[in-house]
Amino acid sequence: MARKQGSDTEAADGLEFQDSVSTLLERRGVTRREFMKFCTAMSAALALPPAFAPRIARALDEVKRPTLVWLEFQSCTGDTEALLRASNPTVAEIVLDILSIDYAETIMAAAGHLAEANLDKVVKEEKGSYIAVVEGSIPMKEDGIYCCIAGRTALDRAREVCGGAFATLAVGTCASYGGIPAAAPNPTGAVGVKVAVPSATVVNLPGCPLNADNLTATVVHFLLFKKLPATDGLGRPLFAYGKRIHDNCERRPHFDAGQYVEAWGDQAHRHGHCLYKMGCKGPETFHNCPTQRYNDKTSWPVAAGHGCAGCSQPMFWDSMTPLYKRLPNVPGFGIEATADKIGLGLAVGTAAAFGVHGVLSAFRRGDDSEGAKED
Amino acid sequence: MGHLYEKYVWEIPVRATHWVNVLSIAVLTLTGIYIGSPATLGATPSDFVMGWVRFVHFTAAYLFAVSVASRIYWAFRGNRYASWREFFPILTPAGRRNMLATFRYYTFLCKKGPQPVGHNALAGTTYALVFVLYLVMIVTGFTLYAEHAPQGTMHKLTGWLLVLFSNQTLRLTHHCVMWLLIGFAIHHVYSAWLMDVKERGGVMSSMFSGYKAVRTKD
Ligand code: HEM
Ligand code: SF4
Repeated sequence: MARKQGSDTEAADGLEFQDSVSTLLERRGVTRREFMKFCTAMSAALALPPAFAPRIARALDEVKRPTLVWLEFQSCTGDTEALLRASNPTVAEIVLDILSIDYAETIMAAAGHLAEANLDKVVKEEKGSYIAVVEGSIPMKEDGIYCCIAGRTALDRAREVCGGAFATLAVGTCASYGGIPAAAPNPTGAVGVKVAVPSATVVNLPGCPLNADNLTATVVHFLLFKKLPATDGLGRPLFAYGKRIHDNCERRPHFDAGQYVEAWGDQAHRHGHCLYKMGCKGPETFHNCPTQRYNDKTSWPVAAGHGCAGCSQPMFWDSMTPLYKRLPNVPGFGIEATADKIGLGLAVGTAAAFGVHGVLSAFRRGDDSEGAKED
Repeated sequence: MGHLYEKYVWEIPVRATHWVNVLSIAVLTLTGIYIGSPATLGATPSDFVMGWVRFVHFTAAYLFAVSVASRIYWAFRGNRYASWREFFPILTPAGRRNMLATFRYYTFLCKKGPQPVGHNALAGTTYALVFVLYLVMIVTGFTLYAEHAPQGTMHKLTGWLLVLFSNQTLRLTHHCVMWLLIGFAIHHVYSAWLMDVKERGGVMSSMFSGYKAVRTKD
């Protein structure tokens, strides 16, 4: 088929991609049927009508390889892991193979100056047309010296690479909003990509780790429509982050009914009741976990009996801890003081103070008046 | 000493919004406490205990919001005792003097405080702060509420708050301000009782009837 070969940066592995995606899949032992199933699943993930599946298949068959570079900064590599550990060899993996991954620290064979030269080449020769993926947060304090690669700071690299990209996909909560490295007291001044490089076009795919399906779907959306998916006020694609977990949760009927787990392993827990009182952050969190699930739709935290940790929200960690309590601690008070204990103390204190005032007033003489004076 | 007569002080909108606020805050507090730390009251998954409690909370919330908005409107339309000026004595030298004198009266530093027809200067100031708390409750409440319908009109109107603050911060604020309002309610009922006893102007009943016992000037 007529596939236009991209730039010479992909010369080495270019051969394999002269075949169409369907041939590629066949060679890997993936049937056409499985491929169509994948396309249907992608149309579902993107909230498109099923009729789009053949169009997705066609688009993937005809696609011209966009170049992708994967930068890794202050991260645990969990997002790379999430992607690589997808059950093998999934169609998704092959679709991601359509991308020419020219630079990715964890998986590239090249090292040292050679690897950096690859990256420089992409940035120079494909300005405005490559996709940058960023994993991990970017430290801003002390000019960003807390994260350096090949002698350059993450901030410096991100400005150059993300600034020149067609779009940047911030994968995981750290790259999106700073995540765990940005938790108080945030010693490195960690921030997400959009804050570090305000001029970049960024799509946030938060989650700890991100759901690889959502990354695949974003890429498919891009290949299909030649543009980025619509996002919410926090830069997250609506197809994946447009609904609150709590509103799609399989335990929701128990929430509305008033049936709550009170302790791990109690009767209610064994019956699968709502985890609200165990600190579930589903009511705070926008993500498609209940429908998309993780690891090939195997499960997700609430299905496994653990509350949602709220990992895909901005200010994750600081605002979602304590993980097993519904509300954060009140700033300035001890760890164990809850809002209710402080509030009750305040109410009792007020009542006591006015009680004393009342007794004193009752014994006080000569402070009465005869009604207000006209004014 | 001038003679006593009944003066019409609190107009109907002032009294109506006052009692609607009392009712809705009581309902919002009770249902809010249940939402905050619910007991397992549902026997089967087809019960709807939390569902109804939240429904009542949101219905009372709309009532409360309309009441607060009406009272703010009336602060610009009503008589002088309903006016916004009553709530900001701090803006005038006379008002500031009255605040100090009332403070001295409440803290037993002098025997007689000022006896204004409308709100005393400290009470007026307190109500201004309480109205700020009301607005905080309404804004945080509707912002949290709007999250059930993302990209809806209400969510679009309140979305900027969710960029500035995390929704957990808003939730904690919503929760803590409830306790401040409970503290205020205790203080408010006590002060009204105290002034009813000491001032002998019928402050308590004036919030029902609108009339206070007032003396002519001379
Ligand atoms: C004086 C007025 C109010 C009081 C005392 C009050 C009290 C409370 C309390 C204590 C909670 C539980 C918070 C928590 O622990 O998570 C709550 C939740 C909530 N309140 Fe209010 N509230 C008031 C007004 C409002 C208003 C005006 C709205 C507007 C719609 C509102 C909407 C909500 C919402 C959406 C929730 C969270 C419910 C949920 O997550 O299911 N509240 N309220
Ligand atoms: S388990 Fe969590 S997300 Fe599910 S209904 Fe309960 S509170 Fe909501």
